[in-house]
Amino acid sequence: MSSSPLLEVAELRKNFGGVQAIDDLNFEIIEGELLGVIGPNGSGKTTAVNLISGFVKPTEGNISYRGKNITGWPPYKIVRLGIARTFQMVKPFYQLPAYKNMIIPLYSPRVKKIVGGKYGDRDAVALDLLEEVGFERDSFVAYKVASVLPQGYLKRLELAKAIALQPDLIILDELFSGLSLAEVASIVPIIEKLRQQGKTIIMIEHRLKELFRIADRVIVLNYGQKIADGSATEVMENPEVKNAYLGSE
Amino acid sequence: MRNAESNSKSFKKRRKERIDRGIKARSSDIFALSSWREMLYLTAPRLIPIVGLLVLSVVLSHYWQRVLLSVSVFALLAISWDILAQSGMVSLGQALFFGTGAYLAGNMNHYFGWSPYITIPLATIFGGLLSTLFLLPVLRLRGIYFSMVTLVLPLMLVRIIEATRIFGGTEGLSGLGALPNRWVEVYLIIAALLASLFGFRRLMNSDFGLVLKAINDNDRSVMNAGINIYWFKTQALFIAAAIGAFAGAFMTHVYMFVGMPVFALDYSILPIAAAVVGGMGTLAGSMLGAFILVPLSELLRGLGGLRIVFYGLFLVVFTVAIPEGIFHYIQRKYHQFERWVEVER
Repeated sequence: MSSSPLLEVAELRKNFGGVQAIDDLNFEIIEGELLGVIGPNGSGKTTAVNLISGFVKPTEGNISYRGKNITGWPPYKIVRLGIARTFQMVKPFYQLPAYKNMIIPLYSPRVKKIVGGKYGDRDAVALDLLEEVGFERDSFVAYKVASVLPQGYLKRLELAKAIALQPDLIILDELFSGLSLAEVASIVPIIEKLRQQGKTIIMIEHRLKELFRIADRVIVLNYGQKIADGSATEVMENPEVKNAYLGSE
Repeated sequence: MRNAESNSKSFKKRRKERIDRGIKARSSDIFALSSWREMLYLTAPRLIPIVGLLVLSVVLSHYWQRVLLSVSVFALLAISWDILAQSGMVSLGQALFFGTGAYLAGNMNHYFGWSPYITIPLATIFGGLLSTLFLLPVLRLRGIYFSMVTLVLPLMLVRIIEATRIFGGTEGLSGLGALPNRWVEVYLIIAALLASLFGFRRLMNSDFGLVLKAINDNDRSVMNAGINIYWFKTQALFIAAAIGAFAGAFMTHVYMFVGMPVFALDYSILPIAAAVVGGMGTLAGSMLGAFILVPLSELLRGLGGLRIVFYGLFLVVFTVAIPEGIFHYIQRKYHQFERWVEVER
């Protein structure tokens, strides 16, 4: 690889009690890449996201971002560096209307730094961002309290909150799960647009067909270990993957 | 709405219309006011506490004026509790703030002879800081775990004072400096209460308040926005603690005494009852709750031993009948006020 990696994960380990959730995980991602992470249930995908985003501290190993060691940093500091994530189990602010949900990331120190102060009219910025992820402008859905929004919109809101932080690296934890085919189809262009803007993206997915269409490279986890790394076709032809991943279904 | 005159010749048909219809634009902070009536509709809820307190301060007898002081102090503690609750910290120990402020003011007056005008502001700030320091180690705890610690801390402090006999031990410190007269007392606490009510209501509606409410809703999601939630919680804790410490320092100089009762459970439990009865999440509701519960408790004094039974009964009836809280109920009804208007042709 020509340029140095944006994110580098080296010899990462995490045990929960006796369970080895992540076992000697190594991978790197270069700027502008879309990396897919797949693996059977319980293979450590979400734990890997939690480790990178700082919500869980690793037992051993190193995570570095742009050459800076960020292992064990608290989540809010990692976000300020430019790594944003979404949650598989959506975490909106249920009491607040959708557009008010956006105020929280827009209030983030990172956004203030990039914008150079506060946005003049943050409600307008919030509505623009929501429109980008598919909250129709002429409907009232952006003004609805998050607790009454359907799952599809909550997932979009989750994505909008991550985009609002203007990150360089976005980690999408099973963004497509629980969505209909049509909904997935409408979100894919949003992700492609993010790529055109030069964002680096890590996608954890169970929806392989949709993922393989957009991913540059895929890594496969099983029992916390990386068992394959390469293009979608390469990975799917790997016998170990067939056995562990597809064989288990 | 107002072209009824021009249409007067046409047939008259009337319908009901919400008063706030014309006032509320789509945005929550832009108002289109076109008459005194509409202005009054907006300002009345804000004028009621101000005018009400000023009138009360004049018309009340000396005895009930003292009750007003205690009501206001509980209202402040309830506001303080509400701010914490809105930030996701359910406190069972407002007495910690109250007692810390009270003891700080008492000691400054007793040992250094400082006047109440100095001890009250100092006790407010340092009481807030000290209480925040006490709770800082447990700020990471959530839910019931945080609550338990807040419950235990004031009880521990009482025992420390009792066992080590510091700050007057079980006797307390008496003969402390008083405020010049009862009018200063009354207007000082009224000013503090109104300033807290309107000031902190505004704060909770600002971006800062929004972050606090979001922490209450989902703290991991706030963290995920690059916001240090512990710093925000610390600030909320300081604000709430300072309000409680002010109340304690003020009461010390009203009673001219500070002793172990300032850490009593009353100061922890009554504010919660007030916030629940009045309605949580608005500060105004908490204040209203204190203005109902404390005088009620005074009125029931004549019943002797049965007082607490009736008081408890009242609490149960209210929380069952209006679980949302009195303030939320009134607010809802107020927004639903209707008037007859002529239908335009």
